[in-house]
Amino acid sequence: MNTLFDKIWDAHIVQCVNDGPTQLYIDRLYCHEVTSPQAFEGMRARGLQCFRPKQIYCMPDHNTPTHDQDKPIADAVSRMQVDTLARNARDFGVNYFGMMDAKNGIIHVVGPERGLTLPGMTIVCGDSHTSTHGAMGAVAFGIGTSEVEMVLASQCILQARPKTMRITIDGTLGKGVTAKDVALYMMMRMTTSGATGYFVEYAGEVVRNLTMEGRLTLCNLSIEMGARGGMVAPDETTFAYLKGREYAPKGEDWERAVAYWMTLKSDDDAVFDKEIHYDAADIQPMITYGTNPGMGMAITDSIPQGDGSASFEKALGYMGLQSGECLLGKKVDYVFLGACTNGRIEDFRAFASLVKGRQKAPDVTAWLVPGSWMVDAQIRQEGLDKVLAEAGFEIRQPGCSACLAMNDDKIPAGKYAVSTSNRNFEGRQGPGSRTLLASPLTAAAAAVTGVVTDPRTLL
Amino acid sequence: MKQKFDIITSTCVPLPLENVDTDQIIPARFMKATTREEKFFGDNLFHDWRYKADGSFNQDFVLNNPIYGGQILVAGKNFGSGSSREHAAWAIAGYGFRVVISSFFADIHKNNELNNFVLPVVVSESFLKELFDCIAANPSMLVEVNLPLQTVTNKATGKSERFEINAYKKHCLMNGLDDIDFLIENKQKIEEYEAENCRFAR
Repeated sequence: MNTLFDKIWDAHIVQCVNDGPTQLYIDRLYCHEVTSPQAFEGMRARGLQCFRPKQIYCMPDHNTPTHDQDKPIADAVSRMQVDTLARNARDFGVNYFGMMDAKNGIIHVVGPERGLTLPGMTIVCGDSHTSTHGAMGAVAFGIGTSEVEMVLASQCILQARPKTMRITIDGTLGKGVTAKDVALYMMMRMTTSGATGYFVEYAGEVVRNLTMEGRLTLCNLSIEMGARGGMVAPDETTFAYLKGREYAPKGEDWERAVAYWMTLKSDDDAVFDKEIHYDAADIQPMITYGTNPGMGMAITDSIPQGDGSASFEKALGYMGLQSGECLLGKKVDYVFLGACTNGRIEDFRAFASLVKGRQKAPDVTAWLVPGSWMVDAQIRQEGLDKVLAEAGFEIRQPGCSACLAMNDDKIPAGKYAVSTSNRNFEGRQGPGSRTLLASPLTAAAAAVTGVVTDPRTLL
Repeated sequence: MKQKFDIITSTCVPLPLENVDTDQIIPARFMKATTREEKFFGDNLFHDWRYKADGSFNQDFVLNNPIYGGQILVAGKNFGSGSSREHAAWAIAGYGFRVVISSFFADIHKNNELNNFVLPVVVSESFLKELFDCIAANPSMLVEVNLPLQTVTNKATGKSERFEINAYKKHCLMNGLDDIDFLIENKQKIEEYEAENCRFAR
């Protein structure tokens, strides 16, 4: 009577500390350049070596520019942080995919697409969107830098066992409604703290029918409801996606792995601490209007009255929006397609399908940033680059880009950006930037019309 | 070895906003440092609320109001949501806060505070509201946070609440120990685990 989460968590317990946390074994540690330097620095200060360096994979993604990656990074501080990761990887003997390496990209895009992320694993990274990897049927969660150091030193982490929640979404998604809309809908219903303390399993017909890319988007956004992580039980979709990937098991190992992975599902009589049901028929294309991802609505709705709190008023003031306002027809300055949320091949296919035969609106600046070099290669293989170029769009080089503006891709103060990323926090995409979170289809609709547009009217 | 935690009695800095995310506590552009420069992070705590675009102080923000000060930050519910950046905890510690009181914390940030010897204290909504009211009425009122007894006391009203912390982490805070000390003493257990569990080619 175990849940999927229980099965994986329990299989990784080294010991339970008396009246304290669990010592959990970690199969994979991913590191990027922003949240790891102080952990490596701590290791040096203690005179420690990495306990299991082969299980650690590092790559720069946050600071990387989205153009001219073959040249040194112009920003000296960013360059220093990226160089520090390269040096740490070399000194500690861990795996490293540097800039311009064909395996480089956003760590949460690279892990699954290379077959590094596998069902049944425990995976951590100093990054809250580590929840992404749960889509493969792994227990994956974001951690702080002190915790990164724990894993470097011992391949273990001390962690309180979270509670379990199952969110079941039944029915069939309507035309133009994507995994991103499902996630934004759940955040609207649950708020940004509704799942805090829980590990979420997504289930139901909608989730079963999602592609691997869609599941990755869904799990990516688990943290935006406060959840420690989100996961989907591995199935034929998962196995078909993984088979033949570079680091996935091969031959007999593959057969053995699949046999084990088939057992990774919640038992019929499994008991969750909390169960929630949603109906696909209630989910429309979504857009956010505020400064946290829970402040979203159906794109055809009007901004709600709110609770009269200082926080709500502050959010609308920052966004330059008012209660009762509908965003349809609102002028858009920037469009951003990318991030660990929506930087995968399926997102580029969706965007390209909508802009095909249309033209980018002249006043819109559009940044299309693949999540990895592998995504970039797929875009070119499928000829999407030509479709996009004919519509007036150019493809940039991979990285986190405007999602958090640690490189040069910053939305200027006061400008509105329809963004496929994960957070609309104040200043997230650059000081004073105003972010409207939405799906790749909604981003494409804004990019060709220059205003917030219901993508269903263009499909 | 970090500064040991025992009893702290201090005035408070009130931040009565909900859902304060870690991007507000320390914006991403200040995360490019490669060392634990707590002073640098502390100087940039709540940067975009604390300073105007031209770099001058925003006098409306509480950290710039000289009538408030102390080692305790009191914040609205769901404090520290969003990004896992430990830089947020470094900024809070670097500024000089040793306690954050709220009715609700985001998971990752709560762990990050604990790992930096900043104590997150969860109180009831009613206790929090009364605390904000008391601070507004008298900014020099005191709050006592007693880790050994796990109590938080509003000295203006004399009301106390008990807060939760697991015995292991309490021991760590009171003795200046961290988790890595614990883990590297347990290497044999980890190797035994690995020997019994070879589910993945490592």
